[in-house]
Amino acid sequence: MDFTLKIWRQENAQAKGRFETYKLTGISPDCSFLEMLDILNETLINDNIAHPVVFDNDCREGICGMCGLYINGRPHGPDDGVTTCQLHMRRFHDGDTITIEPWRARPFPVIKDLVVDRSAFDKIIQEGGYISATTGGVPDANAIPIPKQDADEAMDAASCIGCGACVAACKNASAMLFVSAKVSQFALLPQGKPEAKKRVVKMIKKMDDLGFGACTNTYACEAECPKSIKRTNIARMNREFICSKLTSSEE
Amino acid sequence: MATLNSKIPEGPLSEKWTKYKASQKLVNPANKRKLDVIVVGTGLAGASAAASLGALGFNVKVFCIQDSPRRAHSIAAQGGINAAKNYPNDGDSVGRLFYDTIKGGDYRAREANVYRLAEVSNSIIDQCVAQGVPFAREYSGYLANRSFGGAQVSRTFYAKGQTGQQLLLGAYSALSQQIKAGTVKMYARKEMENLVIIDGKARGIITRDVKTGEIERWFGHCVILATGGYGNVYYLSTNAMNSNGSAAWQCYKKGAFFANPCYVQIHPTCIPVHGDYQSKLTLMSESLRNDGRIWVPKKKEDAEAIRKGEKTANDIDEQDRDYYLERRYPAFGNLVPRDIASRAAKERCDAGYGVGTGKAVFLDFKDAINRLGKDKVEERYGNLFQMYQKITDDNPYETPMMIYPAVHYTMGGLWVDYELQTTIDGLFAAGECNFSDHGANRLGASALMQGLADGYFVLPYTVQNYLSAEIYNAPIPTTHEAFDLAEKEVNEKIAKILSVKGNRTVDSFQKELGHIMWEKVGMGRNKEGLTEAIPMIKALKEEFWKNVRVDEANECMNPELEKALRFADHVELAELLAMDALQREESCGGHFREEHQTEEGEAKRDDENFMFVGAWQYKGEGSEPELHKEDLNYEFIKVQQRNYK
Ligand code: FES
Repeated sequence: MDFTLKIWRQENAQAKGRFETYKLTGISPDCSFLEMLDILNETLINDNIAHPVVFDNDCREGICGMCGLYINGRPHGPDDGVTTCQLHMRRFHDGDTITIEPWRARPFPVIKDLVVDRSAFDKIIQEGGYISATTGGVPDANAIPIPKQDADEAMDAASCIGCGACVAACKNASAMLFVSAKVSQFALLPQGKPEAKKRVVKMIKKMDDLGFGACTNTYACEAECPKSIKRTNIARMNREFICSKLTSSEE
Repeated sequence: MATLNSKIPEGPLSEKWTKYKASQKLVNPANKRKLDVIVVGTGLAGASAAASLGALGFNVKVFCIQDSPRRAHSIAAQGGINAAKNYPNDGDSVGRLFYDTIKGGDYRAREANVYRLAEVSNSIIDQCVAQGVPFAREYSGYLANRSFGGAQVSRTFYAKGQTGQQLLLGAYSALSQQIKAGTVKMYARKEMENLVIIDGKARGIITRDVKTGEIERWFGHCVILATGGYGNVYYLSTNAMNSNGSAAWQCYKKGAFFANPCYVQIHPTCIPVHGDYQSKLTLMSESLRNDGRIWVPKKKEDAEAIRKGEKTANDIDEQDRDYYLERRYPAFGNLVPRDIASRAAKERCDAGYGVGTGKAVFLDFKDAINRLGKDKVEERYGNLFQMYQKITDDNPYETPMMIYPAVHYTMGGLWVDYELQTTIDGLFAAGECNFSDHGANRLGASALMQGLADGYFVLPYTVQNYLSAEIYNAPIPTTHEAFDLAEKEVNEKIAKILSVKGNRTVDSFQKELGHIMWEKVGMGRNKEGLTEAIPMIKALKEEFWKNVRVDEANECMNPELEKALRFADHVELAELLAMDALQREESCGGHFREEHQTEEGEAKRDDENFMFVGAWQYKGEGSEPELHKEDLNYEFIKVQQRNYK
């Protein structure tokens, strides 16, 4: 297959970026999207055309959350329920022009080319995305039975890979889906209850402080999430938040 | 010359660890704050160690190469984590988990370490549940278990097909808590490039910031390496793109012995190779072997017709299918250990019964779907089936999956004693980057167990024991000449790579190396192939330093340079791996020497001459490394021929 690639190039955070166009021919439809970029880079280096295009990736099997490209106007491209690394060229047509950009969101500044800084997500988790169980001194794993349905729902919420597609998809750059997935996971489990009230308030505050926008209920995040994290998590987080505010005895 | 002292505590096996903990030296809280601990890597071992040591009150600095600690490749582990809880009441116990692990490792692991691993396994599950890890549960609300290769009990805990992800996110959350508390400082996108040794002790590391190229110096009273395995030496493997053996190799070159490099696990159930542009191989969890049946056609004509596309799997009648694992190993059937399942697949394909490209066998869920219903199968394996379909464009609910073995895990690694300390004082190694617990073959669902055991439950004791003698030593300023020297080495290596300005990309070298390794140092090894491989690897190394092309500068994000720095180490590691494979004139676990097999084609160990850990010592560029032997004494287990029939 042959493609024309329009790729965002930007030397560093300060530089002004621009689109560059490259042609690529003879790509197998079974090739993955990132392998297609590998081939492009090989050509760019071998033929001395330009510096290779830099993009984040690691596991290449849809689980680490490191990859994330904005392809033809969609986070992770045209296929549903997959990350960029799981996208295959058979999803495109021979001769297509493909536009490739980094995530565009104020809290995710571009580092170089297609690489952005997502450390804001780590900072939100550090505010309360955990159960304070330090090593040792915990009860037997079967001491507290958890209804299967709750455990399954918690698992679904916990499947979030932290790639940031939800933020990139949202016109307000809101991180509600990401934050609510973590809040939900712990809200559904008895172990998460003792810290639940504090957790939701602190994580939401941090999210606001870091410059993520508000949720205006468009749910592009849910539509573009490669792990199908549900918007019901946002509803659950809102309930947790209100309930926390209503019953809070401190402050 | 140092002889290897494994420092195994005296006494009966079941009391060793308890005794160690009771007599181990402690550090008081005020002193803990004054002691700096460096942890390299944030996978299960690194994140859990950093979180636990931080919670104890030590001053921890932790480094990872990705943009966030949550990306480490532990996240990709699918199937599960073993523990001897015996919740199903099917006869499991610490003793049985210990025995299965030793036997699975083909009697090439150290008894005391493995026993401790089995002993702490239950605490790991407790810890993870307390952290909110959503393990699978039964309708009763209690935890569910499944079985895995090499075991006859159900002892594997799991979270769908994403167990590694959930455990890593658990450890990451514990780490995040400590970062917030200020006991742990997190440094992302920094790659370790050298180890600093002062007066014989590990005292720090040199890193390269992958965003800016900046070379930085870090002091620690001790250094913990948790940097994973070296499977990417083979280029195509199930490892992540950034997984590498570089940090361990730097430590080897600074004096840490490298043990059993030839023990490489080839995982039987991966999606087969389909093109030369491929960058990695994808694993299909071993848990699939619980319900999937592996087969190839009985008749060569059928296999050929399938390869040509004239027939499909569904055209082959039941009596014409050869369920070769069930045929050869009736007791364990499709659940034989990984090394055995891998070799059996290669044997059938080499004999002309392979399907797909000829290098693939079927993994069939037809019977499971008939027995359990499609819904149940989907509940158990849905995400794996989806992953398979996305990659291959085939629907595994309708046609059997095609699978083939691929490099997955390295049992070899830095030699460590009972305290997980390497031959360099103050340098510890945890998780896959040490050699400690899996012998010559790792059982499924034991990697997660080992990573977390090392990080949560072993290092917090043993590191503290080491640091108790360090309370009088103030931090050494990073202006010390040892730091100058270590940094200079890194700068020179980078400058040298950039100055070559040759004609070949790093990937082309790594691909070529991978090809040599897979063909000659892969699943079946022999003297001839290994003796050919070594000079080929040497020649490739030479060519690399003359002909590699990395043209962008150091001072920016430059993945080509990162890859080149790693390759420079991988090509040397590959040579040691081949030498070790040549030295080990026996077949055991994942190491199969074709000269040493039984009439039925099973691995033939040589306990008389090879019941030892082979630990290599670096002797400088251009000199042969020296092999040291740690004899394995089985006091508690009766060594037998491994039998899964
Ligand atoms: S590279 Fe890990 S999710 Fe894509």
